[in-house]
Amino acid sequence: MIRVDNLNIHFGQGARAFAAARDISFFVESGESFGLVGESGSGKTTVLRALAGLLDGVARVSGDMVVAGERLERRRSKSFRRQVQMVFQDPYGSLHPRHTVDQILSEPARIHRMDDIQGRVLTALEEVGLDRSFRFRFPHQISGGQRQRVAVARALITQPRIILLDEPTSALDVSVQAEVLNLLVRLRRERGLTYILVSHNLAVVSHMCNRLAVMQQGRILETLEVARLRDGTPDQAYTRALLLASQGYDRAAADSVDLLDRP
Amino acid sequence: MASSDRLLQVHNLSVSFDTPRGEVNAVRGISFDLGREKLGIVGESGSGKSQTGRAILGLTGPGSRVTADRLEFDGINLLNADQATLRRVRGARISMIMQDPKFSLNPVMSVGRQIEEAYLVHTRANRREARERTLSMLASVQIRNPERVYDAYPHEVSGGMGQRVMIAMMMIPEPDIIIADEPTSALDVTVQLQVLAILDDMVSRRGMGLMFISHDLNLVASFCDRVLVMYAGRVVEVCEASQLHHAQHPYTRGLIGCLPSVSHPHEVLAVLDRDPEWATAPSAADP
Repeated sequence: MIRVDNLNIHFGQGARAFAAARDISFFVESGESFGLVGESGSGKTTVLRALAGLLDGVARVSGDMVVAGERLERRRSKSFRRQVQMVFQDPYGSLHPRHTVDQILSEPARIHRMDDIQGRVLTALEEVGLDRSFRFRFPHQISGGQRQRVAVARALITQPRIILLDEPTSALDVSVQAEVLNLLVRLRRERGLTYILVSHNLAVVSHMCNRLAVMQQGRILETLEVARLRDGTPDQAYTRALLLASQGYDRAAADSVDLLDRP
Repeated sequence: MASSDRLLQVHNLSVSFDTPRGEVNAVRGISFDLGREKLGIVGESGSGKSQTGRAILGLTGPGSRVTADRLEFDGINLLNADQATLRRVRGARISMIMQDPKFSLNPVMSVGRQIEEAYLVHTRANRREARERTLSMLASVQIRNPERVYDAYPHEVSGGMGQRVMIAMMMIPEPDIIIADEPTSALDVTVQLQVLAILDDMVSRRGMGLMFISHDLNLVASFCDRVLVMYAGRVVEVCEASQLHHAQHPYTRGLIGCLPSVSHPHEVLAVLDRDPEWATAPSAADP
């Protein structure tokens, strides 16, 4: 469904150019959920944005990206924009503050000249578990979790096959996170969606994904099955350190992480 | 707890705010003692955990009302102490580490000068002594090249180093109590581990009391000695941190249950069913 080959992304020009992603290659099968994991600055979000076509004019992107059989050109086709949708980290920043939920949800449908927009808006709201009373509210009138549901509904409205998720729950309380993750799992199962999930949280990725790539300083260190994460047997010491650090505080673990050679 | 070990006594503390929509009660009558220990305060956003920490230092801001039967530190009643007394307590004896070093360090002053200032304000040391103390403090928060970091400005240091600088600044007057409000939430997990280890070592070596405010249950369970769980401005449960995973209150159990886990996968995550009674039941007593 998605294949990325030798993706390189540079910000800036000449000698001061910064390589945010280097020789990134991975594939995602249809209906699979793939995780991109790493700490801040590892390049995980940049790779996702490159795939979505959000780096045009911002960074130099080279390499091959093929999505649903279509080789991606610098300018994305309209069918790509319908089939691939994105949910962003911050539900406070990603919804237009002066548009009602109804306007937010109907805009993508109108752009893609879809019929029965009103029906689609109501269906999308229902699918993400919001009742009709939300339709004419503004983003500031609803909670963070409800906003993220609206962002998911907006992604669903064009009936995409792929959803790119950039830290979709990191701004939410854990109880709300559980609700949004359950929603995403159910939607993928019901609609046969393909996900790429970017997250710093190994527990969230292992809950949502089948396979994942661990990134550090713009490179993929290793790609592995989630089962290997569960068994605690990743190849790379860095991945094992991430795993250890994500399990809470451990005085001895802190010393072992400190000794790690960081390139 | 023997009375000599009791650094801070809080009894029936409430914090409320006047807003255009009426009075909002952020903290509703909570009680606890803080000894020479790491006390965790956990809860979701809006549970009142940060306002509890701020109320102790009188930092709840304009429009707020703080009441308590008792808010006592070393024989000083913090509620009706005058500003001069409070100035001798704040920073010198009770200090606070905030979440994000980017917003709490002065951007136009070198890191070393800021730490030094914290020392000079609270002691009668001269500049040279202060500089030496600052350098040794930077070394003790595991900064490998203290001289270089001394001259660096906040934008030149990473998040993890910025937070270590904050810890150095808060530790240098050798306070009795540190209130840390989500001190590692903005950091990567591996860096978080290192910063916590530094905090842990310093607190236990100097016999301080640490109030550790966090939304992260696993972290608090593994880092702290004792935990208060807050919900809607009340303490719903108090327990030993090591026993947090055997918590009794349905809210605490619900919070733990809805966390995804690497080692114990669930097809569907448990969802918290909130009982309106949790918000109205009286606060759990600190045993």
